Amino acid sequence: MSILGTRVVRTEDPLFLTRGAVYTDDLTDERLTGALHATFVRSQVAHGQVRSVDTSAALEAPGVVAVVTAADLGDLAPIPAGFPFVPAGVSRPWLSDDRVRFVGDPVAVVLTEELYQGEDAAELVEVDIDPLPAVVGTEAAARDDVLLFPEAGTNVLSSFGEPAPADFFDGCEVVVRQRIVNQRVAPVPLETRAAAAAWGDDGRVTIWCSNQAAQMAKGEIAAWLGLDPARVHLITPAVGGGFGAKIGADPEFALIAKLAEIVGRPVRWSETRSENLIGMLHGRGQQQQVTIGGRRDGTIEAYSLVVDQDAGAYPRIGVVLPTLTMMMAPGVYAFPKVHAQARALATNTTSIGAYRGAGRPEATAAVERAVDLFAAEIGMDPAEVRRINLLPAFASPHRTSMGATYDNGDYPAALEKALEAAGYPELRAEQARRREAGEVRQLGIGMSVYVEITGAGGEGGGPTEDASIEVHPDGTATILTGTSPHGQGHATAWAMIASDQLGIPIEDITVVHGDTDLIPKGGGTMGSRSLQQGGAAVHQAAGELVELAKTRAAQKLEVDPGDLVVDVALAGLAVRGTPGVGVTFAELAGDEQLLVRTTFQAAAPTFPFGAHVVVVEVDVESGKAEVQRVVAVDDAGTILNPLLADGQRHGGLAQGVAQALLEEVLYDADGNPQTSTLADYPFVSATELPSFELVPMATPTSMNPLGAKGIGESGTVGSTPATQNAVIDAVAHLGVRHIDMPTTPMRVFRAVQAAQQEGN
Amino acid sequence: MQVEITVNGERRTDEVEPRLLLAHYLRDVCGLTATNIGCDSTSCGACTVVVDGLTVKSCTVLAAQTDGAQVTTLEGLAGPDGELHPVQAAFRAEHGLQCGFCTPGMVMASIGVLADNPDPSDREVREGLEGNLCRCTGYHNIVRAVRAAAQAGPAAGQVPQAQEVEA
Amino acid sequence: MIPSPFDLVRPASVEEAIEALVEHGDDAKVIAGGHSLLPLMKLRLAVPGVLVDVGSLRELSYVRVEGDEVAIGATTRHFELERSDVARAEVPLLPHVASRVGDPQVRHRGTLGGTVAHSDPASDLPTALLALGGTVVVQGPGGRREIPVTEFWLGFFETALSPDELVVELRVPRTGTAGWGYEKFTRRENDWPIVAAAAVQGRVALANMAGAVVRATATEEALARGASIAEAAALADEGTSPSSDMHADADYRRHLARLLTRRALETAAASS
Repeated sequence: MSILGTRVVRTEDPLFLTRGAVYTDDLTDERLTGALHATFVRSQVAHGQVRSVDTSAALEAPGVVAVVTAADLGDLAPIPAGFPFVPAGVSRPWLSDDRVRFVGDPVAVVLTEELYQGEDAAELVEVDIDPLPAVVGTEAAARDDVLLFPEAGTNVLSSFGEPAPADFFDGCEVVVRQRIVNQRVAPVPLETRAAAAAWGDDGRVTIWCSNQAAQMAKGEIAAWLGLDPARVHLITPAVGGGFGAKIGADPEFALIAKLAEIVGRPVRWSETRSENLIGMLHGRGQQQQVTIGGRRDGTIEAYSLVVDQDAGAYPRIGVVLPTLTMMMAPGVYAFPKVHAQARALATNTTSIGAYRGAGRPEATAAVERAVDLFAAEIGMDPAEVRRINLLPAFASPHRTSMGATYDNGDYPAALEKALEAAGYPELRAEQARRREAGEVRQLGIGMSVYVEITGAGGEGGGPTEDASIEVHPDGTATILTGTSPHGQGHATAWAMIASDQLGIPIEDITVVHGDTDLIPKGGGTMGSRSLQQGGAAVHQAAGELVELAKTRAAQKLEVDPGDLVVDVALAGLAVRGTPGVGVTFAELAGDEQLLVRTTFQAAAPTFPFGAHVVVVEVDVESGKAEVQRVVAVDDAGTILNPLLADGQRHGGLAQGVAQALLEEVLYDADGNPQTSTLADYPFVSATELPSFELVPMATPTSMNPLGAKGIGESGTVGSTPATQNAVIDAVAHLGVRHIDMPTTPMRVFRAVQAAQQEGN
Repeated sequence: MQVEITVNGERRTDEVEPRLLLAHYLRDVCGLTATNIGCDSTSCGACTVVVDGLTVKSCTVLAAQTDGAQVTTLEGLAGPDGELHPVQAAFRAEHGLQCGFCTPGMVMASIGVLADNPDPSDREVREGLEGNLCRCTGYHNIVRAVRAAAQAGPAAGQVPQAQEVEA
Repeated sequence: MIPSPFDLVRPASVEEAIEALVEHGDDAKVIAGGHSLLPLMKLRLAVPGVLVDVGSLRELSYVRVEGDEVAIGATTRHFELERSDVARAEVPLLPHVASRVGDPQVRHRGTLGGTVAHSDPASDLPTALLALGGTVVVQGPGGRREIPVTEFWLGFFETALSPDELVVELRVPRTGTAGWGYEKFTRRENDWPIVAAAAVQGRVALANMAGAVVRATATEEALARGASIAEAAALADEGTSPSSDMHADADYRRHLARLLTRRALETAAASS
């Protein structure tokens, strides 16, 4: 029986559970012996002009070896914008001696012998900054009266699409408009950013950093520092979560390498959480204008989404994420007319990057909210409106008006499964009872139906990935993968794929990742791509290894290669119809290295889909919402290991609920962060979540031989709007139509108050 | 100043700065890096260890405050032959960890939950772990793991008896 | 995030602790569990030159009945109060509120004296103590004195304690089977309260409605006049001065104070 599709516990866990994984800050590598500790001095002003940076007192502090400022970096060019469409004049200083653009912009770095000395000395660096008016929020940015990059002439860093034609909604019986905030959130992987660097006598630098994409990070660092990539060896040790915020290099990583060169000693850095919450990329941060029109019979005829993306101070992936939001704007619906338009604006805040879902949850949140608003306006059950407007099931690719090609899908079935598992009619009956009784705790039922795009990226931007497999003479095997697990369990999953084809037990298969000397090419782990590309590459490599082994075994056994079959019990090849005659892969490896390297090329990205139903209770006297149930149908094609796939769903669901209910990065009007510790940033904890009710559904894709779609982000894409819709639904009978995320108690309470005043 | 602390059954004497946090003492002085630091505000619980039978957040305890105490970290849980503690075993069986960063603290906090309540409900586990944050699992499988570990009996709520070993 | 350097004094007795406080004056801070002080020191919002560690003075860790009062030693940790049979029988509001402080790890370290001396207006236990009445027993170089809880908390991080004095004991009236209620409003279970209300024997105290924990005097007076719970609770925010922050603005806090007071009084009435 195949191991594929079965519940296999992780091979990496015994180490994680007994000694702990080795993260960047845990490294005791001998190349880091005597490493100095770097402590960043960061701007505490959101927008300003640096007048002076006085390091003299800090230089006198115990243990200080150097205090590095812009002046010490010589002719190192500023970091380029990185996107061709960003206006000229936009670049990023390594350490600013001119303009600072967000609270957290690095100004100097203190290097000390010991960790504790770093904070003591950093306090002594005197930074004098003349404040400028801060640009906070996209509305202020769009006015262009204060510019972050005067040379660029505008705060608009990118724009996509055109305005909707004036007659776009002509003929609709009903048109509903709503401004929606998809708020800025902090990814908060439990491991903050960390990096270390050491230069060798050979002129090469070894950089360790916490990252989801070693090869990409290496390329960026080499380019920024003007180094021949051959001189950079980048290693990602165990990575304590990423969620999109650890894709590719941050400037700090490259700077650590530069500092090690300047002082001629290894340097290491592990940021504090307070530093992380202002320095690491944030996610989401969209202002959306949705307009939805149709007929009173429930048919939706036109939908428009206009996005203003907050890009933060410097362009990162956030300046292109709205294109994914636009692509996925119509989601699962057969709307005859769809319009989408977006732009990204620079503000004096932390830069925006990818966060679980990265552009797609924003699309789903907008359209699922819009459909509910439309349903409320025409007085129809939101499930019914969805039934009327969903695309019917399709087995061959469907091209949308926004240019996406969905591989396959059955959205109506997903919705019906979710409604059935939730007990939808009973829930509505209970809701009606509570409304009738005027109870303090009202029930809210929210739903979403979603489709998202996964596996869009990869090496060179295409859906490809590398893998190699080598079987050793002792019967063990090593897989090298270009993906970069940080919790997903590739060590187990990739071993399962190889084991299934080769018969080598998973415990005897070592999976290596995140070392650019060993694995020069790789796309990393992001965008829910790993199994469908990296796993498929392992699958392909194992198949090629079997073919290579057959060629060699045919010579050794003097049989026709066509007569050889894999004997998984033997972990080798047997001769068809001749019991007892065969050769193990290990024996073949003893004769000659048994190794294959391959590149898998997927046909196209895949489009996982599903439907979520969330049930909340809202205390209408206080406005506090509590999630009672989360029912999730997530169709990610063929499931390799349900234990791991369900784990991905759980985590995704929690992050979606967290955004809808709790989490938001806040700045005051001067650009000062208000949520820079975990005491202030309301990271979701166990007490705010229920256990999840997962409903199976698996429609294999034909885009890869595993039949797999991505599963890493689906939970978040679906649960965010389902939770928000549930909270609003709980108070809909009081006249509330919309509440922005996070649906805080005060917001819910005020929405009820406002609706009642309007109704009076 | 000098402190004498028994760490995972081994009595040690170390010279420390008064301000040295227990978490840094364990990581940098003892070389026990399983204990992670995930925040600055006593919020995340990644640094949870057991001091004299009670779970504490080691980022908010001075090493000097544990002078004379018994400290147990994740590294001190498995048996001499590598046999996993019931909570460790349950975390593996139920996939209660993904990236692993919160895991050492979460495992120690879970032992504390079971010490207080040998057979907790889902809600009681969630309340018992309210001071431990995890970004990967949505807590679902952690709750399952703690409840599964409870089935192993009282050992699930105990750390191994400290051995008096002269350093 | 690491505290600035300091010297640590580990006194063997209350007297030695006070001697150290006298010697070092304003430069010294008392540390017990450290769960209020160390987070501030790590953020360098507090930079004491000397810490006087009283956490190991177990002579100050007790819960016992003394006449009409329950006496609780200052270094009694929250979890010890939570589990104290004496406290549960004689003053059940207090162990319940102790169980609502922070999370288990925090309750294993935090002490009653520490939270009392810290004077955070959002603290659970001071709110309960203020509703219960009673006294804070402090000791300085001149000996002991008792300060009524109504006169102890003066403002944000500000108390009637002198720099050379140590909180050594809390004395609260035995309430026995009298009904009580505690309503703590948070977004997450282990957050500090946005607002909290404690009610017992016709007295009501509120957390986070002013610079320090406060009594809802208008509510208490209305109850004494025989007003209904609803009428009395509607006055709960009178005389308070709540702040606005990212969790709640002042008006919403006032609403919560009225709502939570009503609920706490209802719970108290139902449980008496």
